[in-house]
Amino acid sequence: MTREPVAVVGIGQTRHAAARKDVSIAGLVREAALRALADAELTWADVDAVVIGKAPDFFEGVMMPELYLADALGAVGKPLMRVHTAGSVGGSTALVAARLVAARVRETVLTVAFEKQSESNAMWGLSLPVPFQQPLLAGAGGFFAPHVRAYIRRTGAPATVGTLVAYKDRRNALRNPFAHLHEHDITLERVQESPMLWDPVRYSETCPSSDGACAMVLTGRRGAARAPHPPAWVHGGAMRSEPTLFAGKDFVSPRAGRDCAADVYRQAGITDPRREIDVAELYVPFSWYEPMWLENLGFATEGEGWKLTASGATELDGDLPVNPSGGVLSTNPIGASGMLRFAEAALQVRGRAGEHQVDGARRALGHAYGGGAQFFSMWLVGSEAPDG
Amino acid sequence: MSGPLTAPLVVEFPFTRSLGPVQSAFLTGLRERVVLGVRAGDGRVLVPPTEYDPGTAEELRELVEVAPTGTVTTWAWNPAPRPRQPLPTPFAWVLVRLDGADTALLHALDAPGPDAVRTGMRVRVRWAADRTGAITDIACFEPYEGEPREGEAHEDEPYESGPYIREFTDPVTGITTPARLDYTYAPGSAQSRYLAALARHRIVGERCPACRRVCVPPRGACPTCGVATREQTEVGPRGTVTTYCVVNIKARNAAIDVPYVYAHIALDGADQALHGRIAGIPCDRVRMGLRVEPVWTDGARHPDHYRPTGEPDAAYDTYKELL
Repeated sequence: MTREPVAVVGIGQTRHAAARKDVSIAGLVREAALRALADAELTWADVDAVVIGKAPDFFEGVMMPELYLADALGAVGKPLMRVHTAGSVGGSTALVAARLVAARVRETVLTVAFEKQSESNAMWGLSLPVPFQQPLLAGAGGFFAPHVRAYIRRTGAPATVGTLVAYKDRRNALRNPFAHLHEHDITLERVQESPMLWDPVRYSETCPSSDGACAMVLTGRRGAARAPHPPAWVHGGAMRSEPTLFAGKDFVSPRAGRDCAADVYRQAGITDPRREIDVAELYVPFSWYEPMWLENLGFATEGEGWKLTASGATELDGDLPVNPSGGVLSTNPIGASGMLRFAEAALQVRGRAGEHQVDGARRALGHAYGGGAQFFSMWLVGSEAPDG
Repeated sequence: MSGPLTAPLVVEFPFTRSLGPVQSAFLTGLRERVVLGVRAGDGRVLVPPTEYDPGTAEELRELVEVAPTGTVTTWAWNPAPRPRQPLPTPFAWVLVRLDGADTALLHALDAPGPDAVRTGMRVRVRWAADRTGAITDIACFEPYEGEPREGEAHEDEPYESGPYIREFTDPVTGITTPARLDYTYAPGSAQSRYLAALARHRIVGERCPACRRVCVPPRGACPTCGVATREQTEVGPRGTVTTYCVVNIKARNAAIDVPYVYAHIALDGADQALHGRIAGIPCDRVRMGLRVEPVWTDGARHPDHYRPTGEPDAAYDTYKELL
């Protein structure tokens, strides 16, 4: 039996900010969900199941928050399940929802991911005082900065490449009304003069901490035929995991990421991602991860990712725009960040990305990773329905 | 050799809550000695109130004042209260349906013993003296002989069931909820062996019987092959800085002055880098390939830091797989 083709017919997100003190957690997820339903011109009654995701419970201190969100998400009397794969969770959540549709278990599924980081402090949540271990680190930046240095050493990239990424993504965010950071006075010089937090990672090359949520409505062929706007079709999706630390781990280009991308490309019939993919939304929490992922995902050969970035190809008007939304560098409600990448890819192929629309985008990659570069989730969406 | 170690792990954060309009009204009401519910689409009054209708998912905003008196719908005796529970002496957990409400609220009932508690008994709110806009503004419930009757809620302010229209001044919009989890942390036998060796100033990894690679710190199993590791192998003490960053912001739990160098160090004989601090050299002179050795201080479980050995730098090819 063939799978049901999966279509994204509704997309919504909140206004993202450092602190959304005007809403509860329930109000936050609701805001994104209502926008997704409105985009699909559907009501709660049209939804058959809800799949929700967020990062560690320590980030808000509400254990299993999904248990109290059933009424806010219209899930009473329906299946409601929660997914958790650290920072990649927004992507994995969408993939779990997509598979419920693909397997014809449910016809129309609402999927939501969120983080309300202002209710706590992500740095605390990631730096528990574990006994017998030496406290050496301050947050995620210190964990990832040595891997950035390893990338620079391995490829001989000029030290300024990371700042080009930050400058680009923050400018893209100015076109995205939902983005957290709108730095109207940004210049490349400001990025390059910002304080060095975890040398070689500067303040302006680091993602913010945001409150926000993202939601999508996924459905099959029948639902897509009724949709008021063009759908995005899922051509491939995959997840891969590997341990945080092991002898032989390549933090610069983790094998789980390469394998995950290869699986997605095989499903989608992509043989040359650089030519066949029009736009990519990659999970780039620290600027240098753009060239690193360009290599890991096969857009550039090993050691050449930084050249693609430096050439301007990944700019909004380049031939492979990366992170037209402004990316994680401009908006980072951790649990939602992966779904925001997936949603932006879908917006692009639907032609509904507004001021950050890439002209003629027909195939787009959404990418997320999490933990110690150990969980990966990706999907490839297109404007045309998949064959068969 | 001593057995596996354990130690307390306390996770404690002052979480904050943005309340949204309905919880804001509910908690502000408690501060003002008013219990508010919300009217659902089917006409029922929900106490405590919810933002969204449990049946239809519609937004609920019609606040309704209910009485501070009610009826116990079910209960459980708590013979040994824990710290931070509502009462220090034994009490009953009760579900109370307040007069005017259709759902029950969970709280504590001050009663002399379980024989004094029964389903169907009448109770009333005992207000806390100091109220801040929190569920603890209801100190607890207490037995009350009156029948369900409207109009005698507050001694100084008659209660009338119905739509609540008064606007509060200075509403509570957010609260802080300290949360604490107490764990007993057990690092397991492999890490316990590793820590026992550290106490003798030795760094001991474990070799995988399948791939022959040496994991340090050991996990008791090879993460790649998934087989148990039992062969102890001392590594170091010297090693090579494979990569690093210079930390310029202070960690919450670390008593280390910034700036400092956080490095991945491949100890000689190890197939995996471990993490440590580099000192004894200016931060801007640390480099990939630097040869280092541990510096131990009395009473510390781990090397305090690693310092340069003075050897020539290691060639990149010798450590490029160990970043």
